[in-house]
Amino acid sequence: MEEKIDYIKLASNKPKGKRPYFHDDPAVERVLNITMAIAGELAVMRERMDSIERLLEKKGTVTREEIETFVPETKEQEEQRQTWHAEYIGRVLRIVQQEQEELENPDKSIEEIANDINEM
Amino acid sequence: MSARNLPPVYNKIAQHAVFPEMNHDERARYNFLASLNKHLAHVSMGNKVAFENRVAPQFEKEHGREIASTEELKEAISKDAHYQVWSALRRSTMEMRQQAGRSLVLRQAAALRDKVRALNEGKDSLVLDDTVAVPPYLLACDNHIMPGSYHTELIEDDVTPAANYDTGLFVTTAGLLGRYSDGGGKAIVSWVKKTYPDFSPKRILDIGCGMGHNVLPIAKAFPDAEVIGIDTGAPMLRYAHARAMDLGYSNVKFMQMDAAKTSFENESFDWVQSTMFFHETGGKSIYNIMNEVYRVLKPGGLTLHIEQPQYTEDMSLFEKFIRDWDALNNSEPYWSKMHDIAPLDLMKSSGFREEDFMQIGAKAENDLDDGSQKADEPEDHGRSPIWNVFGAFKN
Repeated sequence: MEEKIDYIKLASNKPKGKRPYFHDDPAVERVLNITMAIAGELAVMRERMDSIERLLEKKGTVTREEIETFVPETKEQEEQRQTWHAEYIGRVLRIVQQEQEELENPDKSIEEIANDINEM
Repeated sequence: MSARNLPPVYNKIAQHAVFPEMNHDERARYNFLASLNKHLAHVSMGNKVAFENRVAPQFEKEHGREIASTEELKEAISKDAHYQVWSALRRSTMEMRQQAGRSLVLRQAAALRDKVRALNEGKDSLVLDDTVAVPPYLLACDNHIMPGSYHTELIEDDVTPAANYDTGLFVTTAGLLGRYSDGGGKAIVSWVKKTYPDFSPKRILDIGCGMGHNVLPIAKAFPDAEVIGIDTGAPMLRYAHARAMDLGYSNVKFMQMDAAKTSFENESFDWVQSTMFFHETGGKSIYNIMNEVYRVLKPGGLTLHIEQPQYTEDMSLFEKFIRDWDALNNSEPYWSKMHDIAPLDLMKSSGFREEDFMQIGAKAENDLDDGSQKADEPEDHGRSPIWNVFGAFKN
């Protein structure tokens, strides 16, 4: 058995079973998946920057080892970091939330509102 | 500080000697994915609104009647834009979780294997048997869309399937199972101790033990008992054993066996336990396994099984449909069939008596809950650590 494995390729393997698609056009889903992967990497970068900034603030200098091992040191820092994730996801998935709100409270179109206003 | 419901930070997860090394960005990636899972659990509430306000009325307009089956419901809701984007995001999140976990464990596969080997070497409490076949129901599908499932070995004596599982449970459940992902095992121990304070099992069997996370609380609670975990996946057992060794357990043994045909003697266990196991078996095997549970259990012995909540007569079509979402789209396919089996019938078919049957609800004991986990969390169907426990004493 090979000891050296191509972990990058293997990590992205497909599981058994035909992949379910939910959008009518698979291209939409493809772009969505790529977009979400980028969204994830931006979150990772933001968390890394957060670590660097906090360390720089704390010490004035920073080493690679310090960055690799940095974890939130207070409850407040933990909450700030997790809050950032919640805000970030809320921002990126804005349209989904707005569509849900529209479903809960069906609204008139702006054209209809314009007609209403015209009578006001 | 806030009314928001934030998952605990990933670095709260418990470390042990064979836990994979994780760098800064790997932890951050899991923080993102846990938050995304939590967010999508809230967004999933929109599916019900979409169904009630848009999908059902449209169906009734077109057909002049209500939706009559989950099949009709699926066809109708599949065209709904909210359902489509939620489903696509949820599937994408689970694929990203697997990719993130596998990328971090596969890059250190040999190092992890070597650490596990060092802890397992010369110990008779790990018994592997390469004549044990992986059951067909596990070969048919990669449960939880884990490529390679529990058994695939990419290098000799591979442990990466278990290491990936160990790192990622926290992410899928957004930390609700606790630091050691053992909230299920802890819950069952507390219930047994409280309900049967005089129960003192000498020999305990955990079937489908995986990486052993739920059997360890049982071994801790009954330190004088001989505790055995069985599974068919050698990578899981190697890792489970090394993990238990490092965490200081001396009364637990891990053996490679198929739960449907173990080599244990008749009536040789006081307690036979399974935790989230049966829904990953198969339609015939489930009965064979329960027969085996009955066979190895001593008269007066106890068996308990933690499972997903059963479907009930009064459950709405929508509820049934959305509960099946994970079964079909996160690849736990047998759950979509098993929920139609009444646990009582399953147990009676193996010889347990109706008057000995018991069924209770259970919730994970979470040592990570510091109050920031809000009580009004929506139930994340198929994910929330809120379970049905069924079982019986053998008489």
